[in-house]
Amino acid sequence: MNLHELWSIFVMQGFAGISLFSVLLLMGLGLALIFGQMGVINMAHGEFMALGAYTTYFCSTLVQDHAPRLLPFYFPLAIVLAFVLSAALGAFVEWAMIRHLYKRPLDTLLASWGLSLIMQQTYRSIFGAREVTPTLPEWLMGSFKPTDAIDIPINGVFVLALALAVTGGLVIFMFRTPFGLRLRATVQNRAMSNAVGINTKLVDRLAFSIGCGIAGIAGAAFTTIGSTGPDSGSRYIVDAFLVVVFGGAANLLGSVASAFGIAQAQSILEFFLDGTKGKVATLLFIVVILMFRPQGLFPSKVRSS
Amino acid sequence: MLNVNEIHVGYGQSPVIRGMSFKAGKGEIVGIVGRNGMGKTTLFRSLIGMLPLKGGQITLDGVDISEDESFNRVGKGLAIVPQGRMIFPYLSVYENLISGARTPVSQEEVSEIYSLFPILREMKNRKGGNLSGGQQQQLAIGRALMTRPKVLLLDEPTEGIQPSIIKDIARTLKEIRDMRNLTIVVSEQVLSFMLDVCDRLFVIEKGALVREDLRSAVNAEEIRKMLSV
Ligand SMILES: Nc1ncnc2c1ncn2[C@@H]1O[C@H](COP(=O)(O)OP(=O)(O)OP(=O)(O)O)[C@@H](O)[C@H]1O
Ligand SMILES: [Mg+2]
Repeated sequence: MNLHELWSIFVMQGFAGISLFSVLLLMGLGLALIFGQMGVINMAHGEFMALGAYTTYFCSTLVQDHAPRLLPFYFPLAIVLAFVLSAALGAFVEWAMIRHLYKRPLDTLLASWGLSLIMQQTYRSIFGAREVTPTLPEWLMGSFKPTDAIDIPINGVFVLALALAVTGGLVIFMFRTPFGLRLRATVQNRAMSNAVGINTKLVDRLAFSIGCGIAGIAGAAFTTIGSTGPDSGSRYIVDAFLVVVFGGAANLLGSVASAFGIAQAQSILEFFLDGTKGKVATLLFIVVILMFRPQGLFPSKVRSS
Repeated sequence: MLNVNEIHVGYGQSPVIRGMSFKAGKGEIVGIVGRNGMGKTTLFRSLIGMLPLKGGQITLDGVDISEDESFNRVGKGLAIVPQGRMIFPYLSVYENLISGARTPVSQEEVSEIYSLFPILREMKNRKGGNLSGGQQQQLAIGRALMTRPKVLLLDEPTEGIQPSIIKDIARTLKEIRDMRNLTIVVSEQVLSFMLDVCDRLFVIEKGALVREDLRSAVNAEEIRKMLSV
């Protein structure tokens, strides 16, 4: 293997890692939003991602069966639907379950884990245990070829653009809208926020809902890099948690940097080792870094009082 | 305007406020003085809804608000400037001001606050946590006024603030009262500020109001003695 080939491998695996980065980033953003807002660790976050993926699959079969000519266009619509459905279910879950368990982190952990099992079983009953893959539109399937040795998949670029757009949208939402202001105030001082007139319970519900909605978008993005099974979500949840812990909870920049680092490390290491060994090496790497920086890469400076 | 009727408040099993009643009329400034630990903050927290009532009733403009969450009481016309000010440290001065305001935020109202407290306009992009104590106090009052209250609660507004700013705050409070016909309930440990602003003065001791005087009838010496025991 000469230097040129090695370089090509790095670039290609780098681009392969970009899809994973996008999915992890979206997962991490949602988790961090929910954790930063309410201190809730949502164990069912992966299942919300799976909901987004199944929604995409459902849209694809529907279009294929009834209106094949719309196949090139359905994907963006499926992304929106994935967001809406996951956000709606998130709001319902917050109302029915999570809000009763605030201030009891262990119970929330258990309850959301239970929820994840229920959701997995539901997927199994509806879609079967076999993994499914939506038919992706033609335009997502090709690749650029800047040199002979390098292939850049279009779907990777698309998913990256999607993830960056969602991140940008979230930043605007948090820092430029009245609701984002209320959310930031509530994180800083819940009791005082209530005493200036903010309905903090509503803020909680919306934050949880949006976090789940973003997981739904992650699920739609996920369908471009893997097939969806009932337990797809649970396979990504650990990585998503790593992103949050590694990046420092409730810090957007940290989430972006750590998602990128984790995805790239995994994808490049996976080429040289195999999948499992790549994962183990990544984990080891993170554990070592956390030993030196226990507060994560970018510790959150905001503490609720 | 504000009607407090036989309220009981406490932490866990220990009662702090035991059967307290008082009224504050429209446009009136009511002062409550008392030594450390006599229950002023506990009273104010229960008025705004941070602490639940164990008994009794609070009505605002004839409406029972005893069971409401804080944000609903604010919606009905109550606002608080808490002890310690509780500015949102990572929000800018401007964001602090509008944090509780109804949307869309009226820039006219923001300007009105800026003209009451010109320092806030100068510092509008600064983080709230980087302001001095006196500036934070002005910000906390501005933040409360932005919710258009009928009744404003101030818990020890002069704590840790230099005399010249205390005078400013007293003048501003009276100005706001005259401008908006606002009812103000204010607590203090020291008497001088109180004598400057209030129309009626209560003394609180061990969770009960033990004395009530109109401003004109206040015997400052007697009350100073009660406060220094
Ligand atoms: N969170 C709490 N839990 C238990 N007891 C409390 C709590 N906060 C206050 N207390 C008690 O309630 C009593 C009244 O306290 P409070 O803070 O209302 O007094 P205060 O009049 O505001 O005093 P200061 O002038 O020092 O602010 C005190 O005996 C205090 O120890
Ligand atoms: Mg106090």
